[in-house]
Amino acid sequence: MSPRTLTASLAALLAASAAPALAQGLGTSWAVTNAHLVIGDGSAPIDHGTVVVRAGKVVAAGAGIAVPADLPVIDAQGKWVTPGLVVAVTDLGLVDVGAVDESNDADAAKSPFSAALDIAPAINPAAQPIAVSRAAGVTRAAVAPLSTAAIFEGQGAVIDLGADPHAVTAARAFQYIELGEGGAQLAGGSRISAVAELRNALGEARELAAAPAAPRRDDVLLTRSDAAALVPVVTGRQPLYIHVERAADIRMALALKAEFAAIKLVIVGASEGWMVAGELAAAGVPVLATPLTDLPASFEKLGATQSNVGRMAKAGVKVALGAFFDQPRYAPQYAGNLVALSRVPGATGLSWDKAFAAISSGPAEAMGMGGQLGSLRAGRAGDVVIWDGDPLELQTGVVRVFIDGVEQPLSNHQTRLRDRYATPTEGALPKAYDW
Amino acid sequence: MRPVRQSVRAPIRAIAAGVLLAAALNAPSAGIARDKKVEDAAVKAARDFDKNPYPSTYKPYPSAPTALLHATVFDGAGARIDNGTVLLDGGKVVAVGGPDLAVPEGYARIDATGRFVTPGIIDAHSHLGVYPSPAVEGHSDGNEMTDPTTPNVWAEHSVWPQDPGFSRALANGGVTALEVLPGSGNLMGGRAVTLKNVASRTVQGMKFPGAPYSLKMACGENPKRVYGSKGRIPSTRMGNFAVDRETWIKAQEYRRKRDEGKLESRDLGMETLAGVLDGEILIQNHCYKAEEMALVIDMSKEFGYHVSAFHHAVEAYKIGDLLKQNDICSAVWADWWGFKMEAYDAIPENAGLLYKAGACVVIHSDDENGIQRLNQEAAKAQGDARRAGIDIPDAEVIRWLTLNPAKAIGIDKQTGSLTPGKMADVVLWNGNPLSVYSRPDKVWIDGALMFDAADPKHRPVSDFELGQNGEGDVK
Repeated sequence: MSPRTLTASLAALLAASAAPALAQGLGTSWAVTNAHLVIGDGSAPIDHGTVVVRAGKVVAAGAGIAVPADLPVIDAQGKWVTPGLVVAVTDLGLVDVGAVDESNDADAAKSPFSAALDIAPAINPAAQPIAVSRAAGVTRAAVAPLSTAAIFEGQGAVIDLGADPHAVTAARAFQYIELGEGGAQLAGGSRISAVAELRNALGEARELAAAPAAPRRDDVLLTRSDAAALVPVVTGRQPLYIHVERAADIRMALALKAEFAAIKLVIVGASEGWMVAGELAAAGVPVLATPLTDLPASFEKLGATQSNVGRMAKAGVKVALGAFFDQPRYAPQYAGNLVALSRVPGATGLSWDKAFAAISSGPAEAMGMGGQLGSLRAGRAGDVVIWDGDPLELQTGVVRVFIDGVEQPLSNHQTRLRDRYATPTEGALPKAYDW
Repeated sequence: MRPVRQSVRAPIRAIAAGVLLAAALNAPSAGIARDKKVEDAAVKAARDFDKNPYPSTYKPYPSAPTALLHATVFDGAGARIDNGTVLLDGGKVVAVGGPDLAVPEGYARIDATGRFVTPGIIDAHSHLGVYPSPAVEGHSDGNEMTDPTTPNVWAEHSVWPQDPGFSRALANGGVTALEVLPGSGNLMGGRAVTLKNVASRTVQGMKFPGAPYSLKMACGENPKRVYGSKGRIPSTRMGNFAVDRETWIKAQEYRRKRDEGKLESRDLGMETLAGVLDGEILIQNHCYKAEEMALVIDMSKEFGYHVSAFHHAVEAYKIGDLLKQNDICSAVWADWWGFKMEAYDAIPENAGLLYKAGACVVIHSDDENGIQRLNQEAAKAQGDARRAGIDIPDAEVIRWLTLNPAKAIGIDKQTGSLTPGKMADVVLWNGNPLSVYSRPDKVWIDGALMFDAADPKHRPVSDFELGQNGEGDVK
């Protein structure tokens, strides 16, 4: 295909996908056939695969699946078809521009509240970072944390990246806690005070859970709101994400289970996770690992290596990627790098299949939502992406995106600028008239 | 452009020397002559100072004649050779050719079937060493934010050679040379230093022999935020330009006095700025936005210097034609976006659109992690360009990481391409470097094997990492 025809077809595609008429035409029930199909659960890709989505949910996906006669069919022409990417722990929807404070709702350091803070109502589905990430194949995200004055960073939300007003899939989906160096600073300057703050807070929550109507002790430190917000944590109804990096801090987090047995722990970060992989595996605690950390960026990351994820996976840890606090659309590149490691002498990486799962079903399972999203197994959300190549490869782009079965527009601020400046020189009128 | 200015400068110097000589000859009395002698010594010191007082002590490490055979070769200058042969000897590239290129006797032969060879990767924008790992306060040495113009500071006086980041850039990124810049808190941040990516006890042991100095400048949000928050100029973009222009006026005046033999003492900052006006010191200008870059181009003409590269030029795609006309490289990320207001119009097609406009593209890192994946950043930009209808061959994309950054920092005569006679800075990749699945197998610097993925002991480990968790790990 010549560049000119490629541009033309691209433009046609953009125009088509931006048109609500097409999405409405397709509805939320359809099938994709002739796909190089990735289920996203760690299984190998399937040639000539089919995905059937009905009423926004996956009904069936695999080889040799019959397409119901009533459904419109998209012929993928052998292209890669995968579940949408799931990115855990990101500020999507809270921020327009990071350094523009007024546009940034991820910082609540002056709030009197901490654990009680609920991210969900602030999610802005129209934020450009959502549109840009959607165009890169990201369909779901776990949004957290807030920067607060305490180690409790608020209640995160799981969102979809659809171009509609209903972004929140699950509000108050987890509580987020900062331990390690960051937590120490927040808690008064030491890990010792951070642990004291945490144990006290969980204790206050337990007391409140035991006697919700009773007057509280007069020496409590938490506001009632914050203590109440931690009740679902101590009772195990709401997962607790703890950000820690060094091996000793991971052990400190795991030790919480001895005192508060019901807690559903998820470890975030875990640069030195490979050093405690056996303990993490034995505890069955999921890890959302920062993917490629390999520098001693701080004294809590001295053991950082890109082989961290691979080594944890090999030891049986339930590890997925997350907590890369830059752009969610880098998820495939990070996963691809883990595949690259499997060819480096002495390094430990992931197979392609496991690497893709680490940015789809893996994070969904860590979030406790593996049954609802993150893969193309029956019953999951109809979050489907069609790619123009291997999704983990660098030159690959997204062709079509569906969320809950609804085809999504892929245009955004960036694509509009790209189109306007396809040639930089101005014509008869200034560029401002070219839109 | 630089040679033109040098030829203009030479007559001015000759005239100045003549004036001095005449003044000495016409000295009317012994007493005045003695004063004149003292003054001459000061003038001489201000004019004829040692321009290289911290010279490179780097010497290439031992090497053996080496032949890389049956490789896919990207030469860094835009050519691709399939089933190629690369010969290295005496620290230099000796020959590059196809399978018919004869391998002389005595060469170690490496069968590179299925593997790829490129020049060493060059990062034109790094803060390794000046903002090293661990990133603790005691290591924060990249921004002398006590005055908006600090052309008197030199990054080499802040570089910590034991930054573990150098080894990661080598092993994972194939980086063989890099320019370490001061930060962008100041309008004029100080001199950058170009390093060979070799471990050393001293900065001088890393300094790239013969590399020109660069002055780091910065536009936009950073300087006005830093100084505006201190309640002083600049607090606006117009303040940025005012301070820049006033400083250049002083530099012009300094240079005129120097050339007329009227300087009475040395001035470190002015020596740097005069060096820029002389065309000896390059300008590396942090500048995100199209309109600011266009203004800086005019400012450079107003005062008679040339911007070698705009760094972080996220809006360069809007003025690719201007940048081409003015022979200015754009050092860019592939797809960083949206983290600050001046990055809001960044697009991933930036590099591709610049390439299409015929402008010089450099992929830079500005980041201790990104420097490990410059090849991947370039590949992402290539893919985004392709989807915008701009097909760019792999061999051209590799130029963004090799010859173009070498040009931007002024070392393209010595390295940056696999041209016979150039430094044997070479990476053997285990696959196409534009694939996410590829990593360096071996890296040579001046013909010496400095990294070998197959040999754990052939991997630099910094002093900092000794005796700590992960010492010598695969990283």
